[in-house]
Amino acid sequence: MGNLVEIRNLSVSFDGVPVLHSVDLQVAQGEALGLVGESGCGKSVTWLAALGLLPSKATITGSVTLGQTELVNAPRPALENVRGGRIAMIFQDPSSALNPVIQVGRQMTEALKLHRGLRGNAARTEALRLMDLVGIPDAKGRFNLYPHEFSGGQCQRIMIAMALAGEPDLLIADEPTTALDATIQAQILDLLARLREEMRMGLVFISHDLGAVAQVCERVSVMYAGRIVEQGPVAQLFDRPRHPYTRGLFDAIPRLDGPRTLLAPIPGTVPDPYNLPMGCAFSPRCSHAQDFCHKERPELLRQRDGRALACAYPLPEAGAHKTTMEKVTS
Amino acid sequence: MIRFISLRLFRAALTVLAVMTFAFVVLRMSGDPAQVLLGPDVPQNVIDDFRADWGLDKPLWRQYLAYLGAILTGDFGLSMRGGAPALDLVLERVPATLILTIPALFLKLSIGIPAGIYAALHRDSTIDRGVIVLAILGFTVPSFVMGLVLVLIFSIQLGLLPSGGFGTWLHAILPALTISVGGIGLLARFSRSAMIEVMGQPFIRTASAKGVKWRDVVWGHALPNAAVPIVTIVGFMVGSLIAGAVVVETIFSWPGIGRLLIVSVSNRDLAVVQCILLLIAAVMVCSNLIVDLLYGWLDPRLRAQPAH
Repeated sequence: MGNLVEIRNLSVSFDGVPVLHSVDLQVAQGEALGLVGESGCGKSVTWLAALGLLPSKATITGSVTLGQTELVNAPRPALENVRGGRIAMIFQDPSSALNPVIQVGRQMTEALKLHRGLRGNAARTEALRLMDLVGIPDAKGRFNLYPHEFSGGQCQRIMIAMALAGEPDLLIADEPTTALDATIQAQILDLLARLREEMRMGLVFISHDLGAVAQVCERVSVMYAGRIVEQGPVAQLFDRPRHPYTRGLFDAIPRLDGPRTLLAPIPGTVPDPYNLPMGCAFSPRCSHAQDFCHKERPELLRQRDGRALACAYPLPEAGAHKTTMEKVTS
Repeated sequence: MIRFISLRLFRAALTVLAVMTFAFVVLRMSGDPAQVLLGPDVPQNVIDDFRADWGLDKPLWRQYLAYLGAILTGDFGLSMRGGAPALDLVLERVPATLILTIPALFLKLSIGIPAGIYAALHRDSTIDRGVIVLAILGFTVPSFVMGLVLVLIFSIQLGLLPSGGFGTWLHAILPALTISVGGIGLLARFSRSAMIEVMGQPFIRTASAKGVKWRDVVWGHALPNAAVPIVTIVGFMVGSLIAGAVVVETIFSWPGIGRLLIVSVSNRDLAVVQCILLLIAAVMVCSNLIVDLLYGWLDPRLRAQPAH
């Protein structure tokens, strides 16, 4: 299957401080890609840059192509056609992501008018159908309510319905469940997975919740300090993470099965983009780092098992060590 | 809603009563109209007669009750100078003041708000910095200084406009401009900061991500959210339509309410001053009432809560 979106060499800097360094990323038609990493590693910035949604002080170089269309530094009208129409995006904290002074029904029909030319009753009927589809009870009666009259989970459902209004080829979900409580999180994840299947839509799921990524995605890219450090199919990465950072992310998750063990947090914090360490950005926090890691930065290279990895001293391949699961539970 | 409005109306009436009472007491305690009007060399018996005629010899509380009673029947009293009804004297000055303050309000709205919004949308640009500097200059320079500067430029240097007086519409230009400058600055500054705050909100990014055209993001999504603080300031300006020109009318010898107020205060013409203050309070209170109702219309989150 061909690639829907190709990001090549994408770099972003704010006021001259680089925050995203030559990122390459592809999303195939209908694929679900997870993007994980700690806060501030550039997950959201990648897609905000692709859609031209960053503030004007951001400098963006590189290329993002959607089919034949180049999106980086594209004129505003071209981007406006893509946004919501071919690539839709939903955000963290749905309660503040909806306009508080406009009725939700009107916010939905606005998208339907923009991308499908629906007006009046036709728009209203379609908006109600979408609200039903995402599971808003009594959509008809609540069409004219304002966002503050809905719960956080319902606001996220409305955001999703609004994103579906343009029948996009790709939905970017930027931490869609972070601000919601656990049971609502599970419902929203189910909804996203179901809708993706029904609408044959690509999904980029940005999250620091590895469990959620495993539930929804087929492939996952792990980002650290503005770079992709490991990338591959979900099963492969989750079973045998090879980058020490990816491994660290897994070790920091509590497990429900097996005996109780202490969680192993990754020591230190994400480096300041103003002051990135020499060599591999993760080296100051990495227990496997050697002299080389502090001096040279490893490139993201394809490995024999198919994954891409940017580490000079990765964890061993299959067979040479215990799996994550075995190690954590032993 | 009816409960909300009647509560607000009751509060408005209380405010007006407080202003009336305050004006009544302060005016009577700050000087004797008989002394001021009749002059220092008048025999005591003339002064006593004058005080008896106007009821000034009675205790303050009786004067006050009589005043309130008269107001309730629509009697605002007579001017101590000439004996004309105070209300007539005041109302005949209102149009002159409105000739200045309504165009000034229009200038404030049509320049201040767009300038502030433009500056906010081009934050940190040269134009933005220019707007900030001019806005601060506009509302920090007192109107009597601004008035004199405008006279210096347009009347004395360029000879284009009259420096004072009342006659043709040309006479209104400089005073109206003087009144508007401060308001333009204030509105520009408030609109700018309100707009900057709203443009940084997540729902603006949502609207852009949805494919809404930039112009519609600004007008349809951002502006209605920035309207509450702007409406507050505009409400205050509408409330000052009557009283906002006191200083400027004096500088430009404009026969409006402001000048009548100054003259009547210095003459201790009690009925006229009280009538003007009542009018000013009533206009301000009405404008605030309208602003309160507008808040609910602009922001559904501020709508009247159901009664508990």
